Amino acid sequence: MTATGFIKDRLVPVGSILLVILIAWYFAAYSMNAPFQRDFDRRAGETRTSVEFLKKTMSQPKPTMPAPHQVATNLWKNTLTVKPWSKRSLVYHSWVTLSATLLGFAMGTALGVAIAIGIVHIPALDRSFLPWIIASQTIPILATAPMIIVLLAAIGVTGLLPKALISTYLSFFPVAVGMVKGLRSPDVLHLDLMRTYSANRMQTLWKLRIPASVPFFFTSMKVAIAASLIGAIVGELPTGAVAGIGSKLLAGSYYSQTVDIFAALIAGSIVAILLVTAVDVVGRFVNTRMGAKSQ
Amino acid sequence: MPETVISAQNLDLTFETNDGPVHALKDITLDIAEGEFVSLIGPSGCGKTTLLRVIADLETPTGGTVSVNGMTPDEARLARAYGYVFQQSALLPWRTIEENVALPLEVMGLDKATRNQRIVSNLELVNLTGFEKKFPWQLSGGMQQRASIARALAVEPAMLLMDEPFGALDEIVRDHLNEQLLKLWAKTKKTVVFVTHSIPEAVFLSTKIVVMSPRPGRIHEIIDCNLGTDRALDIRETPEFLRIAHQVREGLKAGHSYDE
Ligand SMILES: Nc1ncnc2c1ncn2[C@@H]1O[C@H](COP(=O)(O)OP(=O)(O)O)[C@@H](O)[C@H]1O
Ligand SMILES: [Mg+2]
Repeated sequence: MTATGFIKDRLVPVGSILLVILIAWYFAAYSMNAPFQRDFDRRAGETRTSVEFLKKTMSQPKPTMPAPHQVATNLWKNTLTVKPWSKRSLVYHSWVTLSATLLGFAMGTALGVAIAIGIVHIPALDRSFLPWIIASQTIPILATAPMIIVLLAAIGVTGLLPKALISTYLSFFPVAVGMVKGLRSPDVLHLDLMRTYSANRMQTLWKLRIPASVPFFFTSMKVAIAASLIGAIVGELPTGAVAGIGSKLLAGSYYSQTVDIFAALIAGSIVAILLVTAVDVVGRFVNTRMGAKSQ
Repeated sequence: MPETVISAQNLDLTFETNDGPVHALKDITLDIAEGEFVSLIGPSGCGKTTLLRVIADLETPTGGTVSVNGMTPDEARLARAYGYVFQQSALLPWRTIEENVALPLEVMGLDKATRNQRIVSNLELVNLTGFEKKFPWQLSGGMQQRASIARALAVEPAMLLMDEPFGALDEIVRDHLNEQLLKLWAKTKKTVVFVTHSIPEAVFLSTKIVVMSPRPGRIHEIIDCNLGTDRALDIRETPEFLRIAHQVREGLKAGHSYDE
């Protein structure tokens, strides 16, 4: 992509959307914070000019809706002005959540691939397993996560693993479904070809089904890694965990620190974008190595 | 008298489909001797592909018997007695040309040195030296099909089963590949079963032409055809060539006539 192409194809559309969001956000901040400010000023007997009033709605310590610059300042303060490993640093909390996410994602991906290989090779599994897998995803995770965390704590499993297990639970599903499709994607022609070589199932799996499933694998991993992050955050909520983006959200809501909540949310989004982008970059690299025409 | 390597006795095959049974092969009896070049010719839908697939153990006949190299098709497949060339090149898009040729050799469990030696010699045989590291999409259709022939030959089978390998190619490329295939056959002495619907192609290449007719697919006529070794493309203007081509055409017409 050329520089001008990049500006035209990416920067302009993404930038305009961002601008629209910011304007809407400021507008929302004003209209949601104005009633409190009006009330507050009346009791204090203050009279302000409109500009002063506007400024006040954007700088409340505990606003109903924090303004973008308040969140940006909070983010800045809690990432760049504190040591990354201090308890106040969002980098530290992001790392705690990230490590659970990555562990859960790795386990979920492995589980998903194993299930898919089983389903593709064993007809009985194909018929009996898939409905259960789909059913497993209809259980609301917000309701089950606390139970899982508390139960695991009761048998002495605490820390990283319970959160990672919630991530696993959410991430194995897209991988399993995507991989079943991917492993079945080779056409009959190629399957016949392997048959003329009298290849066994293992050889057909390694030399045909798995390479053919690679694009499906990366697409489903992009969904799975985002789901893993949500799983890890949800896993941090019920126990009142002391670290992680989930714990920041929880603490923020206890003390009505809306600015903190929003900063934590943004930190979570940044982690999500980084993760999905990382999967995407690896996917493109592998794709090119596997002879795909460059786009 | 050379040995019979493929022998079909009263073959029958009916496909059960949702629209009822399709009688694809009826009472096929055919013997193919070692070193022969046999073409199956006929209008589309007459069961040429199905017959080839039965020989290759990709379909199971519903009646009759086939033997390949004195074995059942299943045993012959497991013994890798044949190389199969499909109508499309069926190259794996994520493998380079040399890796594609290596595919059957890896399945066979050959060591790397043997694999490399066979890759080099077979790509040379089909004139693809220098294209080892290319991916299939970087090659023309004709080159892709040549790569798939090299892949089939690399197995070093005694027999080649080819299903309209040049069907999708233009006339000029096709002529060229016909000449190359003929040279290859003369050099390697392999038994070839070759599906085509081109009369000149069949007459030019074959020692025996099997004319088939459709609904149900059966053998209408078997025409001997041996224009001698060392023929070049210009043999197609000789009276002998034209006579056999005429005979094939008449056979196709006769087998087809009740259809119109
Ligand atoms: N797998 C299949 N299932 C059902 N019908 C088939 C199948 N394969 C081929 N047929 C039918 O069998 C007949 C012969 O097909 P085929 O051998 O492909 O003909 P050809 O190669 O001579 O064009 C056709 O009517 C075709 O529709
Ligand atoms: Mg056919």
